[in-house]
Amino acid sequence: MRTFEASPTASTAASATPASPLVALEHVCFRYGGEQVLHEVNLEVQIGDFLGIIGPNGAGKTTLLRIMLGLARSECGHVRLFGQDVRAFRDWHQIGYVPQKAVAFEARFPASVFEVVLSGRTGVAGLARRFSAADREAALGALETVGMAEYRDRLIGRLSSGQQQRVFIARALASQPALLVLDEPTVGVDVEAQEQFYGLLRRLNRERGTTLVLVSHDVGVIAAEVTRLACLNRTLVFHGSPEEAIRTGAIARMYRDDSLLVTHRH
Amino acid sequence: MSALIELLGDYTLRTVALGSALLGITSGVLGSFAVLRRQGLLGDVLSHAALPGVCLAFLLTGTRTPAVLLAGAAVSCWLGAAALFRVVEETRVSEDSVMGIVLSVFFGFGIVLLTFISKRGDAAQAGLNTYLFGQAATLVWENVVTMAALGLLAIAAVVLWYKEFKLLAFDPEFATSLGYNTRRLGLLLTSVTVVAIVIGLQTVGVVLMAAMLVGPAVAARQWTSRLSRMLVVAALVGALSGLSGALISMSQPRLPTGPMIILSLTALVVVSLLLAPERGLLWERRHRRGRRRDRGPEASGDGA
Repeated sequence: MRTFEASPTASTAASATPASPLVALEHVCFRYGGEQVLHEVNLEVQIGDFLGIIGPNGAGKTTLLRIMLGLARSECGHVRLFGQDVRAFRDWHQIGYVPQKAVAFEARFPASVFEVVLSGRTGVAGLARRFSAADREAALGALETVGMAEYRDRLIGRLSSGQQQRVFIARALASQPALLVLDEPTVGVDVEAQEQFYGLLRRLNRERGTTLVLVSHDVGVIAAEVTRLACLNRTLVFHGSPEEAIRTGAIARMYRDDSLLVTHRH
Repeated sequence: MSALIELLGDYTLRTVALGSALLGITSGVLGSFAVLRRQGLLGDVLSHAALPGVCLAFLLTGTRTPAVLLAGAAVSCWLGAAALFRVVEETRVSEDSVMGIVLSVFFGFGIVLLTFISKRGDAAQAGLNTYLFGQAATLVWENVVTMAALGLLAIAAVVLWYKEFKLLAFDPEFATSLGYNTRRLGLLLTSVTVVAIVIGLQTVGVVLMAAMLVGPAVAARQWTSRLSRMLVVAALVGALSGLSGALISMSQPRLPTGPMIILSLTALVVVSLLLAPERGLLWERRHRRGRRRDRGPEASGDGA
């Protein structure tokens, strides 16, 4: 089990050799209520990747993400984060998490945009310590990155879905993570805001070198944005470049008996 | 007015008023977290769960010393919380149903013990049932000192773990992703809440204690949209209710203190719900016309 405190030790990231992947899943499986949700998943995320994970509803996408984040434990195989076994991993501030917006928070919670972003530094600041000037600076920097600095004093519940989503990305970026993990981030966000949103992800990936893992069922958009694609349907049915996925018909095969593809495209 | 000043010189009154105010401060602060975590009913469950602890502590030790009985209360509160969380985690029964069950089982067991004790008919048992609705008049200076010490402990815990508790209340899943053990963190916050409840048992009793946790938080939320300020306002509302409830009950013969505190609190909550700027019902009614559009940016899509 993890200790009570999130104790970031800066050494872990450095100790991973340059070649070791940020995330390495070997023979991962997961059962939920007697049902096999994931089976024999082998997947690596390399530094600088922009990995999209797609798959029909119930394919185990969110579960896979939760395993990468240490929110769920794989029942078999190995999970390595930054070259370290997940059970020994303590450097959680290296991984930024953007949860599904709908389940993420109570809209009436009394917190400003800045407070929400600052809370992303909670683990970095350390237990029983107040936020330092450096924490505030990092939070403000993250807000500027997502273009929301002018909203810093606004109540989080008073923003549009697209704006909230950007604030949650800023919160994840506040701890200056090497890896950003996003779960269906564009659900409930209108098309125009979605475009801005993917622009932001592109910049993070290309200009800052942040490694991205993005789960979505929006196949069309994902295939156009990511550098690596993983098609998941309880097990990994494809892992490679998006061009290859289209050429080999991997996406079409996965959705063949599944009308979800049609219903999910807006 | 002169009667009031006379009252303030009174030892009992000073003790009761101070004790009630202390109780209001602690329950205001801890109740705010409970309300924001949508666990308003948790306080009700925990305070009712205290009763068997009070009775068992008496049966085991034969003493009515408040410190002993309250220690028993704390243990049984905590067991109630542990039972609640465990059953919610292990079964598919919804949380509110489990709360109902834990409350009834613990309180029912407490009443059985209370009846058993009172049927024994020895003199020592007299006054144990004051823990049902509280009896502030039984407070002595020593109790107030204990309450202050416990209150300080609870507030210190909140100050120490403020940003962690805030994160836990806002987004527990994100807290887990940062590496926090939210189960343990939640248990810590609940334990501190148990301390706040124990402080109030002598004054307002197990039945009405829940209102002391929820009321100040609900009133405070009306006046501010910042958590830090909300905690301060909730503490003030709690203290004011405790103080005024105690003063009113002692200024008239035969007015019970605990229920008077709750009624004062209710008055403050109603005033807050009606009058608070921006969120109050009257404010809303006055500004509804013509202002409707700027109030709901949620409805207007991405403004950026």
